[in-house]
Amino acid sequence: MSDILFTNARLIDPEGGTDGPGWLLVRNGRIADRGDGDPGGTPGATVDCGGKCLAPGIVDIGVKVCEPGERHKESYRSAGRAAAAGGVTTIVTRPDTSPAIDTPESLEFVTRRAQADAPVNVLAMAALTKGRQGREMTEIGFLLDAGAVAFTDCDQVITDTKVFSRALTYARSLGALVIAHPQEPGLSAGAAATSGKFASLYGLAAVSPMAERMGLDRDIALLEMTGARYHADQITTARALPALERAKRNGLDISAGTSIHHLTLNELDVSDYRTFFKVKPPLRSEDDRMATVEAVRSGLIDIISSMHTPQDEESKRLPFEEAAGGAVALETLLPAALRLYHAGQIDLPGLFRAMALNPARRLGLDCGRLAAGAPADLVLFDPDTPFVLDRFALRSKSQNTPFDGQRMQGRVLGTYVAGEPVYRRD
Amino acid sequence: MRFAHRHLLGIEHLSQSDITAILDLAETYVELNRQSAKHSDVLAGLTQINMFFENSTRTQASFELAGKRLGADVMNMAMQASSIKKGETLIDTAMTLNAMHPDLLVVRHPQSGAVDLLAQKVNCAVLNAGDGRHEHPTQALLDALTIRRAKGRLHRLSIAICGDVAHSRVARSNLILLGKMENRIRLIGPPTLVPPHFREFGAEVFDDMREGLRDVDVVMMLRLQRERMDGGFIPSEREYYHRFGLDNEKLALARPDAIVMHPGPMNRGVEIDGTLADDINRSVIQEQVEMGVAVRMAAMELLARNLRSEAA
Repeated sequence: MSDILFTNARLIDPEGGTDGPGWLLVRNGRIADRGDGDPGGTPGATVDCGGKCLAPGIVDIGVKVCEPGERHKESYRSAGRAAAAGGVTTIVTRPDTSPAIDTPESLEFVTRRAQADAPVNVLAMAALTKGRQGREMTEIGFLLDAGAVAFTDCDQVITDTKVFSRALTYARSLGALVIAHPQEPGLSAGAAATSGKFASLYGLAAVSPMAERMGLDRDIALLEMTGARYHADQITTARALPALERAKRNGLDISAGTSIHHLTLNELDVSDYRTFFKVKPPLRSEDDRMATVEAVRSGLIDIISSMHTPQDEESKRLPFEEAAGGAVALETLLPAALRLYHAGQIDLPGLFRAMALNPARRLGLDCGRLAAGAPADLVLFDPDTPFVLDRFALRSKSQNTPFDGQRMQGRVLGTYVAGEPVYRRD
Repeated sequence: MRFAHRHLLGIEHLSQSDITAILDLAETYVELNRQSAKHSDVLAGLTQINMFFENSTRTQASFELAGKRLGADVMNMAMQASSIKKGETLIDTAMTLNAMHPDLLVVRHPQSGAVDLLAQKVNCAVLNAGDGRHEHPTQALLDALTIRRAKGRLHRLSIAICGDVAHSRVARSNLILLGKMENRIRLIGPPTLVPPHFREFGAEVFDDMREGLRDVDVVMMLRLQRERMDGGFIPSEREYYHRFGLDNEKLALARPDAIVMHPGPMNRGVEIDGTLADDINRSVIQEQVEMGVAVRMAAMELLARNLRSEAA
């Protein structure tokens, strides 16, 4: 494989926290060198970035690809193409398929399908308990050997604390990362909205934002007991942040993520029962959204995810409480995140720290950086191009995005995986 | 007077003058309904379909009577027993009905927002006859008409809404309507049934009924659903009646000319004393039923005028 030289770029380096002009040399699929002076000549190809942003490709933890079970909603091919077009170079898949990915055999199926069809890196997570039922732990050792990068029952909270504590203890002995959904399940049962004025006005079953803090508090206590490696999939409320901060200060091996939707939308966006805005946990108040944005800026929340969840039209064309939750977001993750940049809330290195560097580090990957030796997983984008999102132009098989018809700013121009272009905007 | 709405989905979308227009027109129908010849032909030639996905005797009968008195062809569909049980989605049902070219669709559904969803998919005028715990606009309008007739005005009154506010679409629509008309609203009930954030709607919240009823002009009782009585939200029926049931002793704290309302059907001895409910000097519960037909006639006429001017 020959060299590729990216010249005239605006390099976004989350590791160094810098955002400035420069060039980047890729050799044999890895980053070989970078600088800000004259790059000199190269025997290989040259890509003139035209002053646009070159950043590490996004590592997206928590993507639902609906194979096996609901391939009509999303396949590895469609998800992979959507990821490439969205600047996502590594998708980390959720095991909440039908059936759940809870055996080495089913994990191998997923890995094989991904290799055959997806143009980007695909890493699989496995269920922590069999069938995500919260009763018996999965074969964590075998699953690790088969390539599972983390263990999670997704939005299914393990209510039996004894089962969860044993799974955490066992996972710790193998160094496995456990990802949980912090939520008090009794309090949040049946809820379609966050309690407050909006939910009252629209007559929707609602959950107190406190349910998230209660779930997180329990999990933190279990971490103190077990010492496990733990990641909270989505922290979305102000009330949960002090507990997270304390747990980190006390030296627990804890990290936290949040979804792009909770960073850029609030409960009022649901307005007239628009089911594309139904996500889990439900959208929060504007105060909670602002607190979550600030926590990402400060680094308290480590990771931004798309929580990509494809749903077909039939699952969404229902009364709000009956409609399925979730939104597709692989392609809209970057332009939506750029709203925070344009609003002056988080700078570009900060965004890529949360979307590339931190998720890679948490999973023990060497991507997510612009350093020599790192894989040349890169995204070239123009942060300023305005456009109106048309959901039918999305590459996902399902088009349930809350951003349909909205003005967005920022477009991916090219995506590279190990130096190979997997997407180019004409 | 122009009523600039295609549907009647909720009070939320109505202005003060919209509300007044409906009530004024309803007054004329109150007169008509009291005559022996109760017929008008303002809906002649139009088809009205009542789709009730949830049991209802009173509201459905009221809408049916209203349509028939205005000369519409009225059809009732008991959706509970129908295709929805065979797995058809709400949208499919709506599209099927739409193909039959109804002009007015009256819909009740157990899910909040379901009537809004349906209204997006059909070409006719949709009237919300109650969706989940969201809105029940004609109930709020008939309550407003009842109050206006009894009190001579619909503003600057102190009105108590008592009981299961959290699960009540009647409470929501009334809260919105009476608020728009500039009344003082008090919500009374145990905090499990009257969540404190209802204060954000500008209402006062009381968990002591005696304190809440002090000097009010109107006492509006809500029905307590049977399924909420056993331990989940309140400890027992008898404790609820003791603390929040309306009887003469508690009512004595309200203004001497305060009226008592209830949307029906009543649980006598649970939320209201039976004798008090029948006291024609205090209770306007029968009047509410009468106003219901008139208000529904008025609402349908206003929507039908728009349909006809669209067609013309």
